[in-house]
Amino acid sequence: MKVELNEQALLKGLARDDAKAIETIYKENFTMVQTFIINNNGSYDDARDIFQEAMIALYEKAKSDSFVLTSKISTYVYSICRRLWFKRLQQLGRYSNQIDSLEETVAVEDELEFHEKKNAEFVIMDRALNSLGEPCKSLLEGFYVKKIDMQALAKEFGYTNADNAKNQKYKCLMRLKKLFFAQYNIGE
Amino acid sequence: MRNIILENKAMNIHNEDILMLQTIERYLDGSMLPDEQAYFEQLRKNTPEIDQMVVEHSMFLSQMDEYVLQRNFKHSLHNVHAKLLATGEINEGGVVTTKGKVVQLYNRYKKDLLVAASVGGAIAILVSCIALYLSPTVNGSQLELLGSKMAKMERNVMVQGIILDNVKDKLPENVKVISGGTGFLIDAKGYIATNAHVLKGSDAIVVNSNGDEFKASIIHVDKQSDFALLKIEDADYQPLKSLPYAIGKSSADLGEEIFTLGYPRDDNSITYTQGYLSALRGFKGDTASYQIQMNSNPGNSGGPVLNKNGEVIGILSSREVQADGVTFAIKSKNIHQLVTELRKVDTSVTKIKMPTITNLRGKEREAQVKKIQDCVFSIKAYNKAR
Repeated sequence: MKVELNEQALLKGLARDDAKAIETIYKENFTMVQTFIINNNGSYDDARDIFQEAMIALYEKAKSDSFVLTSKISTYVYSICRRLWFKRLQQLGRYSNQIDSLEETVAVEDELEFHEKKNAEFVIMDRALNSLGEPCKSLLEGFYVKKIDMQALAKEFGYTNADNAKNQKYKCLMRLKKLFFAQYNIGE
Repeated sequence: MRNIILENKAMNIHNEDILMLQTIERYLDGSMLPDEQAYFEQLRKNTPEIDQMVVEHSMFLSQMDEYVLQRNFKHSLHNVHAKLLATGEINEGGVVTTKGKVVQLYNRYKKDLLVAASVGGAIAILVSCIALYLSPTVNGSQLELLGSKMAKMERNVMVQGIILDNVKDKLPENVKVISGGTGFLIDAKGYIATNAHVLKGSDAIVVNSNGDEFKASIIHVDKQSDFALLKIEDADYQPLKSLPYAIGKSSADLGEEIFTLGYPRDDNSITYTQGYLSALRGFKGDTASYQIQMNSNPGNSGGPVLNKNGEVIGILSSREVQADGVTFAIKSKNIHQLVTELRKVDTSVTKIKMPTITNLRGKEREAQVKKIQDCVFSIKAYNKAR
């Protein structure tokens, strides 16, 4: 099935972190997913969690080089949410009558596997970063997440010059790497 | 600072390591001079350990990048969610902010103004205006924004009156629909229950979810209880064998999950809404009605409120304007009561037999809705031409 042009444009926007595209996709699909989750023994919070996870999966897909979406965005998002939710229900030992909406679904097993791998990596990095302690965590976040330059960071953290801050950043980075790979290799 | 130094020692971090890391980063981000780069590449080739470090670090940096992207994306999602909640474009069943609701309504009416050329639109606008005014407490300041828009729309509607006349349907010529809402069968023979305020006119037509129109006569209007009864009087009407739902006789339970079907939209498409029973008494302690938490819209008035077993527990009637999502429904046992009383004085209703057994118990919601929607009608009331 050929995906419509404006859907392609939306996905391209999503891959570029375009705020308007994110909002449009969110607006057009959220309520459908919410209705599905609520009808299947879930709460409003569950609906938000599951939907946002599916948005991340779509985002990862849109960003990947081998990106081809063969269905409508709504079908894809619904299919992901449906799988994620039934899996979550199973994990929680909660059951549902599996009320399906009239939405069509597509096979998303591979995508989910890809997403779960990415998600696991995210969790490992997040955990490693959080167990670093201060000021390492903030220093690395400042440099890698917020993209603040070394000069400004040195000032903010009170280092006497950028070189010292840089030196400290490398020390922190090495610790982070150790923490990350310790977990990452267990996971493999 | 002392802590960090101690930790660093514990993890065997030396200055040479830092120097190495710095070199690898410079190599990876391409900031080395050509000579230096060539030298480093040679070093990589000859030293497997260094080669391994480069590969590892490059992989780590890409992991960092992905982490940062995902983290920022999560942050945007969070913001988008909050924004859409604030504008009312999505909602989470709780109390929607008044601002959000007004913005949402304003947007809807803005759109209505644009499509006012369609006859269906004109009818719906009329319906919307009336139903809003009928809400129990109309707070002037809250509806200010809408008020001005509505004045404009009423003018539009008047212009539309001419077009209305051209429509060839069950609506007699030269009449204008003056009120409307939803109604549902309480007897398959064609008896429809709705709200009194839905029936402002002297006659009515009803439209089913397929768009088929039927003439109906108004049998009874009780303004005090806001209950009204119609009967389809149309040769085209094919009565159903039986109704899928029951008209409940007992009280509903607090917290019960409920849903309704109605025609709040201007394109006359049937709409499903769900919520829960939030109080056993209605507006200002009214014992004849329930309070339900559900986002109802003008046009939902007169719709059936059903529980998960497919028992009608009430008739949706009004909503509180000051608190959004707070909706009221006339208790279904009052339908029984009112019909019983009506039987004493009106012989035409003696034939009414309301269903007491539901066929929808244990069925999935979609299946329930499919059955129920055939029994839910859009109602348009008008006055006969003088």
